[in-house]
Amino acid sequence: MIAELGHFSLCLAFALAFAQTVLPLWGAARGHSRLVAAAAPLAVGQLLATAAAFAALLAVFAVNDTSVINVVQNSHSAKPMLYKLAGAWGNHEGSMLLWVLILALCGGAVAGFGRDLPGLLRARVLAVLGMVALGFLGFVLATSNPFGRVWPPAADGQGLNPVLQDPGLAFHPPLLYLGYVGYAVTFAFAVAALMEGRVDAAWGRWVRPWALAAWSFLTLGIALGSWWAYYELGWGGWWFWDPVENASLLPWLAGSALLHSAIVVEKREALKVWSVLLALLAFGFSLLGTFLVRSGVLNSVHAFANDPERGVFILGLLIFYVGGSFLLFAIRAPAMAPTGMFAPLSREGGLVLNNLLLCAMAAVVLTGTLWPMFADLLFQQKISVGPPFFNSALLPLAAPLIAAMAAGPMLAWKRARLWPVLQRLWWAALAAFGAFALTLAYAGWRIGPALGFAAALWLIGGALADIVERIALFRRPAAAWSRARGLPRAAWGAAVAHAGLGVSILGMAGMGLATDRLAAVSPGQSLQHAGYEWRLDRVEDVIGPNWTARRATVTVLRNNAVVTVLTPERRFFPVGRMNTTEAAIRTSIGGDLYAVLGEEQNGQAVLRVHDNPLAPWIWLGGAIMALGGALSLSDRRVRVAAPAPRAAAGVKV
Amino acid sequence: MLRRIAFAALLLAGPAFAVGLPSEMLQDPAQEARAREIGRELRCLVCQNQSIEDSEAGLARDLRRIVRERVSAGESDAQVVAFVHDRYGDFVLLRPPFNAVTAVLWGAPLLALGGGVLAIVLSRRRMRSALVAEVAPLSPEERARLAALELIEEDKRIS
Repeated sequence: MIAELGHFSLCLAFALAFAQTVLPLWGAARGHSRLVAAAAPLAVGQLLATAAAFAALLAVFAVNDTSVINVVQNSHSAKPMLYKLAGAWGNHEGSMLLWVLILALCGGAVAGFGRDLPGLLRARVLAVLGMVALGFLGFVLATSNPFGRVWPPAADGQGLNPVLQDPGLAFHPPLLYLGYVGYAVTFAFAVAALMEGRVDAAWGRWVRPWALAAWSFLTLGIALGSWWAYYELGWGGWWFWDPVENASLLPWLAGSALLHSAIVVEKREALKVWSVLLALLAFGFSLLGTFLVRSGVLNSVHAFANDPERGVFILGLLIFYVGGSFLLFAIRAPAMAPTGMFAPLSREGGLVLNNLLLCAMAAVVLTGTLWPMFADLLFQQKISVGPPFFNSALLPLAAPLIAAMAAGPMLAWKRARLWPVLQRLWWAALAAFGAFALTLAYAGWRIGPALGFAAALWLIGGALADIVERIALFRRPAAAWSRARGLPRAAWGAAVAHAGLGVSILGMAGMGLATDRLAAVSPGQSLQHAGYEWRLDRVEDVIGPNWTARRATVTVLRNNAVVTVLTPERRFFPVGRMNTTEAAIRTSIGGDLYAVLGEEQNGQAVLRVHDNPLAPWIWLGGAIMALGGALSLSDRRVRVAAPAPRAAAGVKV
Repeated sequence: MLRRIAFAALLLAGPAFAVGLPSEMLQDPAQEARAREIGRELRCLVCQNQSIEDSEAGLARDLRRIVRERVSAGESDAQVVAFVHDRYGDFVLLRPPFNAVTAVLWGAPLLALGGGVLAIVLSRRRMRSALVAEVAPLSPEERARLAALELIEEDKRIS
């Protein structure tokens, strides 16, 4: 019954999305104010219907209703409740439902928070969002119904993949989708602006909070996914340049570019056409990611397994939305007059450089991800594009980006002078050079990590120098506190986000110096690694809620003092008959001690122990970046849209 | 009807990230480090997207052994990679070789950057000419009106 109600709600949402698409556009074209005004209530209605469908899905997973195929395939009565619920979106159908739910949430948010928007613009934005929802609700209903029944009901479910039974992965998809789908809103704003044929500073001001919110969520989602890979896959790596990871990186790169170009639109009314294009691109990449992950065209470690029918459907949606919006862009953009001249060396110029490099990086990631497929199709050549390619192809683009990043926020608008900026940055440069030299001196001839430490200190130092200058800490220390309080949150946000990237790079550079050791040891024996003594005390059987495991107890000592006790496990999940390795990690400010238990033979257990300096800083940096985004978002100037010229732009009927 | 849907190929393929066996490793740490660096460049052909160093698949294990045999036999990094490349083709290289098929791939950073710079230069030129067009010379009527206004100003000053 609950499943049928869920299915019904989904159909209702589809019908409401149809109305949300057609009525406001019709009203806007023909000047019917009541149809235009219907957009917001319809968006809220669609949100309620989709939320009801999602609640129904959670309910059938919570009670483990084994007459629903999706539950049978992805759940089991013995799973802890958190993973029963997370299992609802840990599969293709459920995750698509989550996708449309978040899209509906965005629509509801535009309807709710967008009261200051001109009526026609809001109606058009909601209509475009309705159009996107229509396509994906149609996709769910036609090819991926999560509420399908099976008769007779199975005795119990087949279980969820054990590596997914983890808090990190329970929250990774929702955060990632908040990011992906958040770009649907900036996309809708861009399409609405193209329909109206007008982009102005107010448009930049409305788009920026959405771009910021989507970017912050996407950053958190990516960081969480990377952290999960690090501790769950038990290999110690944190980024694999896997197609699915790349699929999330593409909208992040385009979205970061959009975030910055929207500033120029808002402040200087320049780069308008370009920002519209970026908004289309960011969402296009989100759709491309959805397509790549679910169609099975790519060879990836963690894609949804797939089915050509679905692939074709999503490809159709991708072509419709991306192709349609680009066509509209091609028709309308040339008519938008370019405005706002600036010298090449200026804040605007810096932001153009940022956009250029970020987009070039996106182009490289895109090419690297898709080229194996094209090479196969066009030249019948099977090639692999792996981490060594991405690392060497992206470095020449990332290096100038980071170099310019510290100086960018200090440049003046319109026309800047470089020398005063460099004067403010000399100590950041000194710190960076010092880090470079020290790394080479102490870690041997390791150029990669040395460059990484230099880049990290340069960015963090640059962000500090920016804040110090803005609050005049050294010139007028007495007034610094009040100036700091008066500084716009957006300035704090920018500095924090830039420093956050520096913190992440610090962690990456540290990981470049990571070492590990593999050894077979008997209980009571120790192995020496990275200045620690790792003593295997015992290996024993343990029983968890839905698994059994071999657990090793490893005491880590330094100078005969106990540092920590690690308990790596090899878990066996009887449902699904799978093994997982649970790495044991001791995290501290200075880095991670990481231990993995391998096979056991002749009374000896294989242990692999890692010393990962500064590893947690990678994800901490991600969280700091997202915090920077949130700080900017809390800026009054960003949050409160410009006083809308209601009389002029409002509905005139 | 019961279509098998697997979230994460992990489920079926079970990528089993390698824990490895100590017996596989070379005694000399420097040689072992070199073997690892080489292994990270080589793809485990039967896996989804892993290097032979990261995979527990049988083929990856065999390739790891081959790499270590060659390294301990005193071959250079390039010789070891060439040995594996000759036998398994381009697919085994995670860093694709530069050739006609991969020219676009390796050229991507330059192409993207060049295209971007070109677009920026063109749009600036277009903007400049648009601005110049905006301050186009006055039409004869405008010039006449301006002259009249100037005359009035002149009169005021004189009077």
